[in-house]
Amino acid sequence: MFSPDNIFTTTIDKAVRWSRTQSMWPVTFGLACCAIEMMAAGSAKYDLARYGMEVFRASPRQADLMIVAGRVSQKMAPVLRQVYDQMAEPKWVIAMGACSSTGGMFNNYALVQGVDHIVPVDIYVPGCPPGPQSLMHGILTLHQKIMDREINR
Amino acid sequence: MMEENKDTVKDVDFWATNSEEGGWNISSTDEGSQKMLEQEDEVTTKIQMGSEVIDDYFIDDDISDDERMILNMGPQHPSTHGVLRLQVELEGEVVRRVQPVIGYLHTGMEKTGEELNYFQGPTNTTRMDYLSPFFNELVFSLATEKLLDIEVPDRASTIRILMTELNRISSHLVALATGGMDIGALSMMIFGFRERELILDFFEKTTGLRMNHNFIRPGGVAADLPDNWQKDIEKILKVIPEKLKDYDEMLLDNPIWQGRLKNVGILTTEECLAYGITGPSLRASGYAWDLRKMQPYSGIEKYEFDIPVFEEGDVFARWRIKVLEIFESLKIVEQAMGNMPKGPFKIQDKKITPPPRKRLDESMEALIHHFKIYTEGFKVPEGEVYTTVESPRGELGCFIVSDGSSKPYRMHVRGPSFCNLQALPVVMSDSPIADAVAAIASLDPVLGDVDR
Amino acid sequence: MKENLEISIEDYFQKVEELKNDGYEMMVDLTAIDWFRKKEPRFEVVVNFLSVSKNKRISIKVKLNDELTIPSITSLYPSANFYEREVFDMFGINFENHPDLTRILMPDDWVGHPLRKDYGTGRIPVQFKNAPKVD
Repeated sequence: MFSPDNIFTTTIDKAVRWSRTQSMWPVTFGLACCAIEMMAAGSAKYDLARYGMEVFRASPRQADLMIVAGRVSQKMAPVLRQVYDQMAEPKWVIAMGACSSTGGMFNNYALVQGVDHIVPVDIYVPGCPPGPQSLMHGILTLHQKIMDREINR
Repeated sequence: MMEENKDTVKDVDFWATNSEEGGWNISSTDEGSQKMLEQEDEVTTKIQMGSEVIDDYFIDDDISDDERMILNMGPQHPSTHGVLRLQVELEGEVVRRVQPVIGYLHTGMEKTGEELNYFQGPTNTTRMDYLSPFFNELVFSLATEKLLDIEVPDRASTIRILMTELNRISSHLVALATGGMDIGALSMMIFGFRERELILDFFEKTTGLRMNHNFIRPGGVAADLPDNWQKDIEKILKVIPEKLKDYDEMLLDNPIWQGRLKNVGILTTEECLAYGITGPSLRASGYAWDLRKMQPYSGIEKYEFDIPVFEEGDVFARWRIKVLEIFESLKIVEQAMGNMPKGPFKIQDKKITPPPRKRLDESMEALIHHFKIYTEGFKVPEGEVYTTVESPRGELGCFIVSDGSSKPYRMHVRGPSFCNLQALPVVMSDSPIADAVAAIASLDPVLGDVDR
Repeated sequence: MKENLEISIEDYFQKVEELKNDGYEMMVDLTAIDWFRKKEPRFEVVVNFLSVSKNKRISIKVKLNDELTIPSITSLYPSANFYEREVFDMFGINFENHPDLTRILMPDDWVGHPLRKDYGTGRIPVQFKNAPKVD
C-alpha cells in the first residue's frame, strides 16, 4: 500500500489550501430566484460535483461556504447572520445575483441593500439571476482566491 | 375539552420559553404566535387549525403533556421550498397545530411597482413568482391593456400562449423535481431539472434570459421568435413525453411512492373553496375549475385541451395532476406552433410600443417616440382593473388602480401561493411530521409569490 | 361577467354574508387603496369574490371612516385571514374580530405601514462617482 514510489513533497500551506478548495461544501441557503439557478447548477446538465461541492449541507455546522442566493429582506437578515455565525471556520460567502450583492432593482424599505452589510462577502456574482455558468465561474474564482492567499483564517 | 387544552398549552409555553432550545422558537419577535397561544378560545383554535370547515381536531387524552413540543421549521430549511417558516406543535410525532410564518422574502414589489411606469412594470412583476415569470408578465400586461382598451395582434397572443404554456411545463417540472427530492426520490431532482434545461434553452434563445425575462410587455411581446424556432419546439415536443414516461415507469406503480403519498394531506373540495385554493390543488380535489376554460385570456379558448381532474385530493393526486397537465400543455404548444399567424408581434401604436431599432437611424420621429417611451412611458386612462390568468399554481390576479399618469397608482398582485399556503394547517394537522414535508411539496408554494 | 359594487361600511358584513349564501364560494382577493390627499375618505378596501358554480366575479369596495376599522370576514371566508393581516400590516387598517391580527410580511417590531402613500420608499441613494475603491 505505502510503496516508496507514492511519496511526494509539498508545503503544509499548499496542501491545506488545496484540500480546502477541493471539498468545499455549501450550505443550502436558497432565498429566491437565484436558488433555482443554484439548484440547476447542482443538477444534471451543469453538475457542480465536478468541483467537489455537490453536497449541499442542510446544517451550517457542516458547511464551509454560504451562497446567498437571492434577495435578503430585513426580516431575513438576522436569520442569515445566525446561520453564518453557526458555520465553522474557515468559511466563505458568495453573494449570488444583483439583489444580494447590491439590492438590485429593489431599492426600497424591505430589502437589505447588499448582503455585505451583514456578513463579509468574498465573491460577488453578477446577473439577475446569474446562470449556472456564472455561479461556477464565481466558485472557481473563489478557489483561485483561496489558493493565492495565505491560510490566515 | 377546550378548557383542558388551554391549560396544557400554557404549560408548554412556560417550558418552551425557559429552555434553551425553546427560547429561540418563541422569542420576543414572535409576539403574534405567543398571543395566539395565550388567548386561546374555541373560535381561534378552529380558524387557526383550519377546522372551521371540517372539525377533525382531536386531542388524545392518554398522551401526557411532556409529549407536546413546539418545533421550529425554517426559515432556513431544505424542504420548505425557500424561506417558509413553520411553527409546528407536535404531540409525539403527530402534528397538532401549525402556524406558517411568512414574510422572510418580502421585497416590497408593490411599492416598487408604484414607482416604475407601465412600460417598466413587467420587469418588476416577473420577479414575483420566479418559477413562472411569463405568467406574471402576462397578467400585468393584460391589466394594462384592459385599461388602455387595446387589443394585441394575433401573433403576439399566440406567442404569449406558446411561451406561457412552455413555462407551465418548466414550472411543473421543477415542482415534480423538488417535490420528489423532498420525499426522497432523489432521481426526480436530476430528471426534472434535466428536462427543464431543454425549455430554458429555448427561453434563453428567445428572450435572452433563462428566468425573469421581461418578454411579455404591454402591447405585445418584446421580440419576435428566433429563426428556426420550430425545430426547438419540435425537439421539446418529442423529448418531454418520452422522459415523462420514464417518470411514470419509475414512480407510478412504485409501491413505496404510492404508500408514501396516497391518503396523505387530504384536501376536500369544500376546504379548497373555503380557503380560496385554485389551480392544480383544486382540480386534484375534484372540482374542474380552470380559468383557461372558464374565463379565457389571450385567445386560449381556440385551443383544444382537457382538464385533468382527480377526486382523491391527496398528495398523490396533486402529483399526478401535474404530470398530466404537462401533457395537456404540450398539446397547446403543438397547436400554437401549427397555427402561428404571420404579422406584427406588437401593437403598431408608436405611443405604446417602441419602434424597431433600425428605424432610429432613419427617422427623427421614431427617435422621439423611442425616447419618450423609455424615459417617461405612456399615460394610461384612469380606472381600476382586476385581471386573472391561470398560473401553474392557481389564479394569478393583478389589480391596478390608475390615476391617469404613466405610473400605476396602486399595483397589487394576487399570488396563488399566498392563498394556497393558508391551507397548510388543514393539510398538515393530525398527520405525522414526515408527511408534512410531502404536503408542503404538493401544494408547491413559491415564496417569491407569497411574500412579494 | 364581473360586477362592481360600492357599499357602506355598515352594510359590509351583511352583504358579504348574503354573497356567501348567494353562491360566491371563494374570496379571492382583499386589498386596500390609499388615496392620500387625493380623495376623502382616505382608505378604501376592495374585496374580490368568485363564484365557481356560476362562473361570476364580484368586487366590493368599501370606503373607510377615520377610525380605520372594518369588520373581519374571516368567520365567513377563512381565506381572508392572511389577506386581512397583510392589509393590516401594509396599511394599518384594523379588522374587528380577526383571530390573529398581527404583522405578516414585515418584522413584528417594524414601525409604520409601508404601502401608505406617506411612507417613503426607503430608497438609499446609489453612489457611482468617487465611490471608495475595493481592493
